[in-house]
Amino acid sequence: MKKRLLTALISCSAIVLAGTAMAADTIKIGFNIPMTGDIPKVGEASKFSAEMLKEDINGAGGLEVGGKKYMLEFIYEDNEAKAESAVTTALKLIEKDEVLAMIGPNSSKQAVPAGQVANDNETVMVTPWSTNPDTTLDRPWVFRAAFLDPFQGPVAVNFAVKTFNAKTSAVLYDLENDYSKGLAEIFKNVFEEKMGAGSVVAFESHGTKDQDFSAQLTKIVAANPDFIFLPDNYNQVALIVKQAHQQGFKGQFMGSDAWGSSELMTLCGDDCKGLYFSTHYAAAGATGATKEFIDRYTEKYGYTPDDVAALTWDATRIVLKAVQDTGGLSGKLRKDRKAVREAMAAIPSFDGITGGMKFDEQGDPIKCAVVVKISNEGTFEFAESVCPE
Amino acid sequence: MFDDFNLIQNLINALQWGSFYALIALGYTMVYGVLVLINFAHGDVFMVGAYIAFFVASFVLSVLGLPGWAAFIITIPATMILTSMVGVSLERIAYRPLRRKGAHRLYVVITALMCGLILEHANLAIFGASRKAFPPLIEEHVYHLGGVTFTNLKIIVICAAIMSFLTLQWIVTKTKVGMAMRAISYDKFAVPLMGIPIDQIIVTTFILGSGFAGLAGVLFAMSYPILEPYMGALIGWKAFIAAVVGGIGDIRGAFLGGFLLGAVEILVVAFFPSSYRDLIAFSVLLVILSLKPTGLFGIAKTTKI
Repeated sequence: MKKRLLTALISCSAIVLAGTAMAADTIKIGFNIPMTGDIPKVGEASKFSAEMLKEDINGAGGLEVGGKKYMLEFIYEDNEAKAESAVTTALKLIEKDEVLAMIGPNSSKQAVPAGQVANDNETVMVTPWSTNPDTTLDRPWVFRAAFLDPFQGPVAVNFAVKTFNAKTSAVLYDLENDYSKGLAEIFKNVFEEKMGAGSVVAFESHGTKDQDFSAQLTKIVAANPDFIFLPDNYNQVALIVKQAHQQGFKGQFMGSDAWGSSELMTLCGDDCKGLYFSTHYAAAGATGATKEFIDRYTEKYGYTPDDVAALTWDATRIVLKAVQDTGGLSGKLRKDRKAVREAMAAIPSFDGITGGMKFDEQGDPIKCAVVVKISNEGTFEFAESVCPE
Repeated sequence: MFDDFNLIQNLINALQWGSFYALIALGYTMVYGVLVLINFAHGDVFMVGAYIAFFVASFVLSVLGLPGWAAFIITIPATMILTSMVGVSLERIAYRPLRRKGAHRLYVVITALMCGLILEHANLAIFGASRKAFPPLIEEHVYHLGGVTFTNLKIIVICAAIMSFLTLQWIVTKTKVGMAMRAISYDKFAVPLMGIPIDQIIVTTFILGSGFAGLAGVLFAMSYPILEPYMGALIGWKAFIAAVVGGIGDIRGAFLGGFLLGAVEILVVAFFPSSYRDLIAFSVLLVILSLKPTGLFGIAKTTKI
């Protein structure tokens, strides 16, 4: 009886030891993404893109770090597109899942608070899509793959003034969304600086869950702007553009990168055709590695990847490059996380599928933006590329 | 900037938006009037109505291949019938067993809240988080009359809300079923002794309330053609507030309360910065309630302990 107990004990500890030995050969990366909630397509695109990258690397025998091959393990957690859930998700990934680094959250609304958690707990976080400056500001552990709103705002202003020959504009934004509000304010300042005080003839807001915008649009239409700047998520864009047309608005719209989901045209249909928005890359007419990514993604999942998919691909590759640059993992989590951060900060420049990027001291990439036009077939066609001076 | 046309334009906007509150508030107020139960699942019944409309309309358009106007004519009654079946099922599965066991009202209200969450999350689990784009059923025409712009859809919505109110008001005040409803609300214990089938009357109440939530679902999906599982939560909640402000239990109250809330929300945006909307709108409602705690049409009742 005693002997049997001993055998059981030994086999148990053998399993535990084998478990830890196996765990040492995998690298865990956490994904803090919105798979339900307001913008589920964003989470889906991130997950699909990451899965494709993981299959590539694991299919080739794993990621080589310091002469040793590691298999990748990606953990996808749903943050429901809510700020508070993004915080708990980040904590769960850091403490319970013990990930080496985190990708996401995507929207600034979740990335700004989650960035604080990552920084406090000394874990590298790379947000693919967040453009609000606060996400990485004074947070050495937080990085991003997207450009910033202080850059995106002027891009929209200059493009609209030049293309629409606009003298006046109106803005409608989401009051509850850090991204939308921040970008709207930047746009207003830049536009008024360029076209004179009072050239933003209406500056209106709405709530995230709103479905009726008739009152705001009545005000905007009465002010008769040359175009409406709409830094909103794609689901609201579809409703707002339709209702503006029902209120008799015939002018142009200028959008921001939150428009660029593959679901925009399913929801918006004919109303959105011919409109412009600034974004991270244009799928139609891409070349080289970008085209290869688009073709593979389209074949695998049946639709053209949006900018979140491309940025997640880049963000994940940057993290994996940093992991490789550490020159070898010790297996001690805190030490390895620190090594990854050092390596992240030391990456001088990176050639991604959304363009080349250099990182500044805040962990923000310096990269170009593109303006795309929604064609009559509903594809996002390249219109203009704007690079930082 | 705010000339007369703008005011008329905003009143039309308010009438359309208020119509949805009114249609949903009617369901809250009917169930409350008969059972003294706040049916918190009602907003989600409305959401289910919009989804049923989506499936019926897609089926008629693509499988049967009928034109939009035919789909419109079929979708409305089909959705109302199917949605009222959802409402009746809720009553049979969740509320009636509790009522039989004589549970306190509080437990029934909590059950209603849970039913709402179950509907939302069942929808999320079955159809996924992706939004559904509602197919256009009737061709929308934009009319300009002076400086005022409106669409044929807006007119349909407003007319539908007014007709629903008149129908319900007629049923409750002029028919035998309506008399029975009022009787149950007056004294639940004496009414069965008079030979009135109380369960049938309650089922009728749920059929009417959920049917009109279904109608609201169809019209809402046509006006704001993007559907998602949580779309009923906030609007249902606000419709409940509208019903209370109007005086819950009274059909005229629900109807006026709905339009009042719609008008306050729209007009606040029209005359103040839009970021103050909910702050000012709900302050106004608070003032109304503190002046008249039973709502516009409510009558103070003494509770017997």
